[in-house]
Amino acid sequence: MNAIAAGLDLPGTTSTGVPPQTYNYRVVRQFAVMTVIWGIVGMVVGVYIAAELIWPDLSLGLPWLGYGRLRPLHTNAVIFAFGGSALMATSYYVVQRTCQTRVFSDRLASLHFWGYQLVILLAAITLPLGITTSKEYAELEWPIDILLAVVWVIYAINFFGTLAIRRVRHIYVANWFFAAFVLTVAILHIVNSAEIPVTLWKSYSAYAGAQDAMVEWWYGHNAVGFFLTAGFLGMMYYFIPKQAGRPVYSYRLSVVHFWALIFTYMWAGPHHLHYTALPDWTQSIGMVFSLILLAPSWGGMINGIMTLSGAWDKLRTDPILKFLVVSVSFYGMATFEGPMMSIKTVNALSHYTDWGIGHVHSGALGWVAMISIGSMYYLIPRLWGRDQMHNIAAISLHFWVTTIGVVLYIASMWIAGVMEGLMWRAMNADGTLTYAFVEVVKNTYPYYFVRLVGGLVVLSGMFVMAWNTWKTIRAGHPVDAPIAALHPA
Amino acid sequence: MSPFTSGFWNIWITALTLGGIVFCLFLLRMMSRRLPALDPNSATGHVWDGDLQELNHPLPRWWLIMFYLSIAFGLGYLSLFPGLGDWEGLLHWTSRGQYASEQAAAEATLNPVLQKYAAMDLLQVAQDPVAHEMGQRLFLNHCAQCHGSDGGGQRGFPNLRDQDWLYGGDPVVIEQTILNGRQGQMPAWGNVLGAQGVHEVVNYVRSLSGAAHDATLAAAGKTRFDMLCAACHGPEGKGNQAIGAPNLTDKTWLYGGSEQDITQTVTFGRHGQMPAHKERLGAGKVHLLAAYVYGLSH
Repeated sequence: MNAIAAGLDLPGTTSTGVPPQTYNYRVVRQFAVMTVIWGIVGMVVGVYIAAELIWPDLSLGLPWLGYGRLRPLHTNAVIFAFGGSALMATSYYVVQRTCQTRVFSDRLASLHFWGYQLVILLAAITLPLGITTSKEYAELEWPIDILLAVVWVIYAINFFGTLAIRRVRHIYVANWFFAAFVLTVAILHIVNSAEIPVTLWKSYSAYAGAQDAMVEWWYGHNAVGFFLTAGFLGMMYYFIPKQAGRPVYSYRLSVVHFWALIFTYMWAGPHHLHYTALPDWTQSIGMVFSLILLAPSWGGMINGIMTLSGAWDKLRTDPILKFLVVSVSFYGMATFEGPMMSIKTVNALSHYTDWGIGHVHSGALGWVAMISIGSMYYLIPRLWGRDQMHNIAAISLHFWVTTIGVVLYIASMWIAGVMEGLMWRAMNADGTLTYAFVEVVKNTYPYYFVRLVGGLVVLSGMFVMAWNTWKTIRAGHPVDAPIAALHPA
Repeated sequence: MSPFTSGFWNIWITALTLGGIVFCLFLLRMMSRRLPALDPNSATGHVWDGDLQELNHPLPRWWLIMFYLSIAFGLGYLSLFPGLGDWEGLLHWTSRGQYASEQAAAEATLNPVLQKYAAMDLLQVAQDPVAHEMGQRLFLNHCAQCHGSDGGGQRGFPNLRDQDWLYGGDPVVIEQTILNGRQGQMPAWGNVLGAQGVHEVVNYVRSLSGAAHDATLAAAGKTRFDMLCAACHGPEGKGNQAIGAPNLTDKTWLYGGSEQDITQTVTFGRHGQMPAHKERLGAGKVHLLAAYVYGLSH
């Protein structure tokens, strides 16, 4: 690690006794730029594999371009590279500004950034080569797992360190969610990645059989809960009140939904394993807590949307606010759909179909991507000393393009999924299955095509964002804002 | 039977589950208490980052009701179904039980149909349009992965549409093949023959079907063939359906007929595996499948 640190141009930590005068925006800028870049990379891979499902020959017969290897590359790139960079940029920005102190350590912040980019780079090399643990969303092999654990601990030290040296008495609600995200993802990653190395690039899970499956989906579902939900709720609790210029709707609601959310999510994993070798009692508990999770999830949506009370008119004119508020609407939709899909009888229809893909993308594109994009449009001008993005109309264009693309994507996958579920279970009067698997696949092609179009439309919006970001940065210069004076209590 | 290794886990799971639900109820009670002199539109008094403030609206009533209802549903579900440790649930439902009863219901519909066809000769079944459709659906779900949707086969997996049969194309033999499976075993001759020997045998084998070959090598290969290969493939190379030894004099090549492919086959051997379907599908469905497969080439 010292060797890595020595090889990089790291700024010194500000431990000179004189309190720092500015926030560390450098690390925020780094992660913000990578958010845009990894967003495009991840979505390009997504569009490519969506096309491969229609035209399998697009893999050109090359193993490292095959669907099986690129699919984990897509999920890792959009979740951990794009979503992760967005979370890290915003969490560093928010924790500094709402604690009114510079980050705990500039050196750790820089190590965190470069270490995390190294993890992403290694993932982008090893996954197409077929090096994988085969655990979904935890495909990286053990050396990269260890590196990621180290980088994550650095992040945790820096985040909680900043909270510890805060200059305001109360911890702002956004930081509760960021803190839950940082802490829990560390636990999830370390427990689920327990594995026995065989060679440098091959390991076997420390768990076996149904237990391995349970640990994997405890991890998998809480990656949704703490990475893709809690983290982005942290983002929501800062950027919506800021952009709307309105106070958060209800402190009490935030207390209830925070604690209920982080407690209940931990139990919901077994709903990924309904009707499997997992014991019946585990499946029941998973389903019950998934249903109870609906209200805590919606608490966040209510607090986000109701914060706009008295500022609804701004939605007409402010495309950033449109991104933020529509993302919260998608969040509400996806967190309603999730508990419904966890009901065993619904799951019997929806599981293993493209409905799952549609559900994930209404969360991933509608909620995660849109709130990240909105937050980036808020952040980027401030990080480079500009009043606003280079072109506001381009943000509006990006908003509409994304909304249309997401709707095309999820609507086609919903229809495809329900169709698949119904066709798979259809029985003839004589008791045989009505459709063969290949017939179902054949009937899915039109929906795959609409999904591909939806994905392309969303991706085109990302290029508009990249252009707008480039123009904004070119016309500005990196700025580290002065630490605000403390508000009189 | 308890799924747990000790009574401790039973109590542990029950206590954690119910404790979790009680925790949610406690949160709701605490936060929906009426706080004295609280104006929902006044801020909590905390300010962050210049202008960030919080109001303190009460929990929305419809949302509270939804939360309580989901908890009530959860408690109801956990009393009816297994979930709280050893508790079997008032309905005594199990996933095994549900599977068994659904399976029994499906078999109650299907078995009379299967019995009707089981009593019929395979050649008759092959003529029956309803049996043909049932056979096709079974084929697409259970056989097409290897033999292709049209039964045309692929490298290593026989074409079922032609007249060339490894083990015989009689409908009864086809039924036996599906019921009990087949183990096709071509031994590896690389070590016995050496590279030159393999080269000679390959040229002879290619000569049997009239493919391009070196006559001198083929002549030398014939001696070796008669000694080592004829036992299974026959003195004329026409194969032996009793043991699934392929006919080498025709144009059908399961693993390819090029010089390179045959060299590979002779040097390293081949192992073909047709799985047995007796246990998996039952004799009734296999009967339909055998008739369908026979129909593919007739």
